[in-house]
Amino acid sequence: MAWTKTILRVNLTNGTIDKEPLNMEWAQDYLGQRGLATKYFTEAVDPNVDALSPENTMIFATGPLTGTMASTGARYSVICKSPLTGAMACSNSGGYFGAELKSAGYDMVIFEGKSPSPVYLSIENDNVELVPADDLWGKTVWEADEMLHKKHQDPALRVAAIGRSAENGCLYAAVVNDLHRAAGRSGVGTVMASKNLKAITVRGTKGVGNLFDAKRFMTSVAEEKKVLAENAVTGEGLPALGTQVLMNVINEVGALPTRNMSEVQFAGASKIGGEAMLVPRESDGKANLTTNAGCFGCTIACGRISTVDPTHFSVKDKPEYHKNSGGLEYEAAWAVGADTCVDDLDAATYVQFLCNEDGFDPISFGSTVAAAMELYEIGAIKPEETAIPLDFGSAEALVWCAEQVAQGTEFGKILGMGSKRMCEHYGHPDLSMTVKGQEFPAYDPRGIQGMGLAYATSNRGACHLRGYTVSSEVLGIPVKTDPLHTEGKADLVKAFQDATAAVDSAGLCIFTTFAWGMDNISPQVDAACEGNWSVEKLLEVGERIWNMERDYNIKAGITGEQDTLPKRLLKEAAKVGPAEGRVADLDKMLPEYYSVRGWTPDGVPTDETRSRLNLA
Amino acid sequence: MQKSLHLNADKCTGCLQCEMACSYEHEGIFNPVKSSIKVFSFHDEGRFVPYTCTQCDEAWCMTACPVDAITLDAATGAKVVNESTCVGCKVCTIACPFGTINYNSSTGKVTKCDLCGGDPQCVDACPTGAITYVEADATGFERMKKWAKATDTAGAV
Repeated sequence: MAWTKTILRVNLTNGTIDKEPLNMEWAQDYLGQRGLATKYFTEAVDPNVDALSPENTMIFATGPLTGTMASTGARYSVICKSPLTGAMACSNSGGYFGAELKSAGYDMVIFEGKSPSPVYLSIENDNVELVPADDLWGKTVWEADEMLHKKHQDPALRVAAIGRSAENGCLYAAVVNDLHRAAGRSGVGTVMASKNLKAITVRGTKGVGNLFDAKRFMTSVAEEKKVLAENAVTGEGLPALGTQVLMNVINEVGALPTRNMSEVQFAGASKIGGEAMLVPRESDGKANLTTNAGCFGCTIACGRISTVDPTHFSVKDKPEYHKNSGGLEYEAAWAVGADTCVDDLDAATYVQFLCNEDGFDPISFGSTVAAAMELYEIGAIKPEETAIPLDFGSAEALVWCAEQVAQGTEFGKILGMGSKRMCEHYGHPDLSMTVKGQEFPAYDPRGIQGMGLAYATSNRGACHLRGYTVSSEVLGIPVKTDPLHTEGKADLVKAFQDATAAVDSAGLCIFTTFAWGMDNISPQVDAACEGNWSVEKLLEVGERIWNMERDYNIKAGITGEQDTLPKRLLKEAAKVGPAEGRVADLDKMLPEYYSVRGWTPDGVPTDETRSRLNLA
Repeated sequence: MQKSLHLNADKCTGCLQCEMACSYEHEGIFNPVKSSIKVFSFHDEGRFVPYTCTQCDEAWCMTACPVDAITLDAATGAKVVNESTCVGCKVCTIACPFGTINYNSSTGKVTKCDLCGGDPQCVDACPTGAITYVEADATGFERMKKWAKATDTAGAV
């Protein structure tokens, strides 16, 4: 049946742990992971709660294909209300943790309330307990991981934890599992810290079985693995260069934002991209990239395992950072590199290590640093506030900023507010490159128009993983559309948003969709799960999830008025490249999008739409 | 010709497809814990290394078994545990120098690689060719060829 049909409900206030059956009626409407957990969440949590109060609930959720042999069946999501945006947060991660949770026998774990003192949740199949974690509080993710492995004397233990940034109130803190995979965005780690929950340890030895039609599932999985292997992106580009395959491609398109998104092409792009990670360095003859790595069950293996040049200024006296760890992905390399004008691959890699070690989102962090650099440039941040000049292009400044956030120093806490609050704090809200309070990822909507609409309407603020029209507009997947045109983008964005919600909810990785359409995913879900999981049904589920998230946000006070972009992107034209002279033409797409969605001109789902999607 | 599993850690990405294929073939479930092939992660070195039984000709597990529960599959050369005979004494796990035969507490028997009767499922599942099933007499030939090329100075002169 793919679902374990069991969930754990942990009340941190009372210290109680209950097992309950999964609501299978909801599972038929919301599938799993993102969709199903959001259903549980929205049914239980008042949209107006303070995200950092005990009344916020936090759910770790797997999908029906998590822990199976379906390629990329590694994913789990963390669902809660975001302290960064005030909207629904749903951050997705790979690694091995999600599959282990499923193998322990649980579809999801729901955390309610707040523990009176630091704890971690220990799960060993049926034995689940809250354990005091006073000794872990104040430790980094990496330290906590090591301490927990020693304590449990179990090398196969899987750990998800928060670092010091979360404890220090950084609003874009992540939950990090398996040392360097992260539920990275929207501050889900900050919520975990607010509950005094330091970590979850999981050991699951039950396995995942009882598929609806195992034989059909195995046939389908083998066929679809072949599709991934034979595709140029999933079979060659991503294994060889990771998502960093995009750095030079997006720069050439004229959509690589730089200088806090004031420009659209970065001269140093090739120095921090995927190809640069393969070049042996002078000091030790090694390349930045040691190997690629797959998450559990993943046959693409886009993950980067890297080292920093041991002679680089950032680590030369710190041998603990000379080892291999999770290296740069494209979005992170863009944020800490291109957006801050830093073309130093080793500095960027070291900063990525710090983001993993102390659990903060490199996208929001890098974008916030870029805003801080602009504030510094115009004199709003005074030289006496920072130990070194925060100049664009300064690798030293970037590294210093990351260390401040990791350690939670005074200036680190200012950076930890995120770009929006920091720019407001210094009296320049227009310099914050955010939507609904969340920082942008690595695609400039002036050069890729559809992404402007995707960012503006994303249910979790600016995000590339809620509707990745880059696939179509740049890579031609599944069909090529012109990145500079706005026609047809409303339909395109809706299609990507709905499909993504379904893929997430299955427990699969969105990167499969470079090769797979819904007709490749549907047979796998249909064989694994009871019920009818046709392409149409999956897209309907995706649309239902999108509208459910939207409804919750509206009730939380986040309305159509916030479906917008920063003035800079709407008013300041691109100065160079293919998009020269263009702004993000959001107003040409948004009304049509609302109409395509079946929403009012103010962006509210109509009763007819709600009723069609079986939403109360 | 007898075939043998050949493991190449250089190609391994740590995806554990092999472990799931093994557990599914033998137990009907996706469960790395139940797999006879294991991928070990050496995190700090950035290495993933698959390892399993190499089917010794003079198999110490087989010699040590007091109830003759481990027998030779003549067709494949695999040393196969007969679960109905195995008494779970674990003497074989001590005798094996490589640690590739292990006790399974849920069945009370030992388990090891049996080459899936000549169609090892881990090989089919591996997406990168890190696990192959090749002529036992030629497992080194690919590496040998690489070094042969290195010794060929004709092109350099």
